[in-house]
Amino acid sequence: MERKLIVTSSPHIRSKEATDKTMRDVVIALVPATLAGMYYFGFQTLIVVLLAVAAAMATEAIIQNIRKQPITVMDYSAAVTGLLLALNLPPEVTFWMPVVGSIFAIAIAKQAFGGLGHNFINPALAARVFLIASWPVEMTTWKFPVDAVTEATPLALIKGSRIVPESVSIFNMFIGKIGGCIGEVSALALLIGGIYLVYRGVISPRIPVAYMGTVAVLTLLYGGFNFNYMMFHLLAGGLVLGAIFMATDYVSSPMTAKGQIIYAVGCGLITVVIRLFGGYPGGVSFSILFMNVVTPLIDKYVKSNVFGGVKK
Amino acid sequence: MNLLSFRGGIHPPHSKEMTEHLPVEKALEPEIVVIPLQQHIGAPCKAIVEVGEKVKVGQKIGEAGGFVSAPVHSSISGTVKKIEKRMIINGTGTCIVIESDGLNEVHESVVPKGDVETLEPKEILDIINEAGIVGMGGAGFPTRVKLSPPPDKKIDVLILNGAECEPYLTSDHRLMLETPEDVVYGLRAVMRVLGLEKAYIAIENNKMDAVLSMKEAAKEFTGIQVVVVKTKYPQGSEKQLIYACSQREVPSGALPMDAGAVVSNVATMSAISKAIRTGMPLIERICTVTGDGIVEPKNIMIKNGTRISEIIAQAGGYKGEPGKLILGGPMMGFAQFTDDLPSTKTTSGVLVFTEEQARLPEPNPCIRCGKCVDICPSFIQPFAISAYSLNGMFDMAEKNNAMDCIECGSCSFICPSKRPLLHSIRMAKREILSKRRKTK
Repeated sequence: MERKLIVTSSPHIRSKEATDKTMRDVVIALVPATLAGMYYFGFQTLIVVLLAVAAAMATEAIIQNIRKQPITVMDYSAAVTGLLLALNLPPEVTFWMPVVGSIFAIAIAKQAFGGLGHNFINPALAARVFLIASWPVEMTTWKFPVDAVTEATPLALIKGSRIVPESVSIFNMFIGKIGGCIGEVSALALLIGGIYLVYRGVISPRIPVAYMGTVAVLTLLYGGFNFNYMMFHLLAGGLVLGAIFMATDYVSSPMTAKGQIIYAVGCGLITVVIRLFGGYPGGVSFSILFMNVVTPLIDKYVKSNVFGGVKK
Repeated sequence: MNLLSFRGGIHPPHSKEMTEHLPVEKALEPEIVVIPLQQHIGAPCKAIVEVGEKVKVGQKIGEAGGFVSAPVHSSISGTVKKIEKRMIINGTGTCIVIESDGLNEVHESVVPKGDVETLEPKEILDIINEAGIVGMGGAGFPTRVKLSPPPDKKIDVLILNGAECEPYLTSDHRLMLETPEDVVYGLRAVMRVLGLEKAYIAIENNKMDAVLSMKEAAKEFTGIQVVVVKTKYPQGSEKQLIYACSQREVPSGALPMDAGAVVSNVATMSAISKAIRTGMPLIERICTVTGDGIVEPKNIMIKNGTRISEIIAQAGGYKGEPGKLILGGPMMGFAQFTDDLPSTKTTSGVLVFTEEQARLPEPNPCIRCGKCVDICPSFIQPFAISAYSLNGMFDMAEKNNAMDCIECGSCSFICPSKRPLLHSIRMAKREILSKRRKTK
C-alpha cells in the first residue's frame, strides 16, 4: 500500500485547550479591572497599560529574535505580563516607568531564565518590586479617585491601628472608590474576572480562596473579631488582584492541590505579617514573590499519594 | 442521581453518534483469513495443523503455548495455505493462512456443552479455556487465567465492564442492546466459576438504553446489579472501575485480584455464553468501523482473521486520503502503517482519521498549569515524569511513580502545550523495566 499513514503512539486526539487561548482568557478577565481603573483614575491609565503591554511584547520579540527562538509574542503571555504590571502601578506614574518595568519583567525575570514556562517568579511582580526598590517615591505617590487629591492609601492610613478609620467606607473599597494602583482598587471588577477564569477552567479557586481565607482569619483574630476590620484588609491594597491573578500564575505556583493550598496559606500569612508588623504598607507582592521562590521546594516534597499507594 | 465514578479523568468528545444507532451487520464471508498465533497477552500458540490440511469452522488450529495463553480456532472452513510470519498489529508473528471453501462446515467438536446451572465450575473453566476466550476489551488477557486466582486471593467483587469509555467505539454498546441475554448468561457462568452470588454490570450514563436493556435481561437474577457510572474517560479502566463500583483501590503495582476484584468485558461474557450454549469457540466479534475517513461507518460482526482492508472496504472504503489508521479507540488504540493486517479477538474498532485529524499539534514549553496532575487518574505527576524521561533521568522517573501510569493518555489529551506526556512516560517505563530485568 502506498498510502502515507501517520503512526504515533496513543492518544490520537487532543483537547482544544491551548496556551494562547488560556492567556487570552486571562486578558479578557482583566478587562473589567482595567476599565474600572480608567473610570476612577482617568484616561492616562490607558496609556500606562498600552505602554506596558507594548514594551513587554516588543522585549519578548527582540530577545527571542536574538536567541534565535521562534517568536511567540502573539501567544498573549507577554501581553498578560505587561497588563498585570500596568495594573500594579500607581495611576499617576510617569510614562517611562511602565516601559522600564516591562523590559525588566520580560528580559530579566522571564527570558533570562529560559522564557515561557521557566520563570521561577512572577515576572510582573518582580518588575513591580524592582520599580518600588528603585524609585520608591514615584511608586508610592497616590491619587485619590474623583477629587484628584494626592493622599495615602487606606492601608497607609490604618498602619499600626486596629480600628478602621471612619473616613473609610467598606462599600467604596469594594467598588473601587479608593486610592491605590490602577488595577487593584475595584474588588468587584477583579471578582468578576476571577469568576470568569474559574468558569473557563483557567484557574482553580483553590489558591485565591485559601489566600484570602488566610488573610481573613488572621485579621479577624488580630482585630479582635472586628468584622469591619477583616473586610478592610480583604479589600485593601493588592490582595484581590494578587490572589486571583498573580498568585495563580501557573509557572510560579505549585502543581498539586495540596501544594497549592500550602503555598496560598503561606502567601496569606506573609501578607498579614508585612501589613501588621512590616515597614511597607502592603505585603501582597512580597509575599507572593517569596512563596514563588518556595514553590520548587513545595513541589519537591508535597506529592499526592498515588492511586493504590500506601496511605500515610 | 448520584453516579459512581473515580477521581480525575477527562471528557473527550464521544464521537459515537456515527454508529451508536446502527444495528450490527454480518460481514461478508472472507475468502481468506489470516489467523495470528498470538492474539493475547502471554505465550504464542503452537500450530497444530499443517499446510494443505482441511479445517472446519471452530476447529482448534493453535494450541495454547503456556499457562498464560489461549488457543486459536479457524473461523472458516477450507484449506490451510501457509503458516508463515506476517505483519500483525504491533509487529510480526506467525499466522495460519486459510483459504475458504465457501461451505462454512462446522467442526464436530462444536456441540452444546450443557447448561450453566448444571455445569461444574471446573467444567466451565475448561470450556472457557478450550474456546480460546480472552479479554475482548482490548488487552486480550486469557480469561481462564483471570478466573483462576491463587487460593490465597479471595475474590468478592465481580464487575462487568460495559463502560466503553473510548470515544468512537460502539461495539459493546450494540452488544448490550442486541444480545443482552448472552451477556447475562456469560456473567452467570463466571459467577459460578468464582463462587459469587453478586456481580455488577457497569455502564456509562451516556448509554441509558443499554442500561435499560441490561436491567431487563438481568431482572430475574437478583445477584446481578446494573450500575450507572459517570461518562468520563477512563471510566472503563480496570482499576478506576473497581474504585467506582466498590471504593477499593487496587494496591500500587498489584493486580485487581489483590483488591479481591475481577473485571471483565461484556463482549467476553457473550463469547463465554456462545462457547457454553453452542460450543462455538471465539471466532468472531463485533467491530466498530468508524471515523471521518470512512465512507459508511458501521458496526459489523467480523470473523477472526479478516483483513483490515476488507473490513474497511465493507464500510464503503476510505473517504478521501486516509491520514491515520487506528486499531481500537482514539485514546488507547494503536496506529498502523498499513491496512494489510488480520483482525484479532481484540479488534473492537477500526478507526480512520482524515489527514487533517491525523496531524498532531506541535508541542510548546510546559507552562506548569498543573492540568495533567489534576486529571491523572493514577494521581501521579505526568509533567515531572515526562521531564525526567526526556532528560534521560529514568531513575528519577521511577522514584516519581512512573510505573503507576496506566497509559490512559488523559495527560497528553488535556495538555494545553500539547506536550508528548504519555509518549515520554512510556519511554521511561520501558527503560525502567529493562533495567529491572537486567538487575534480576
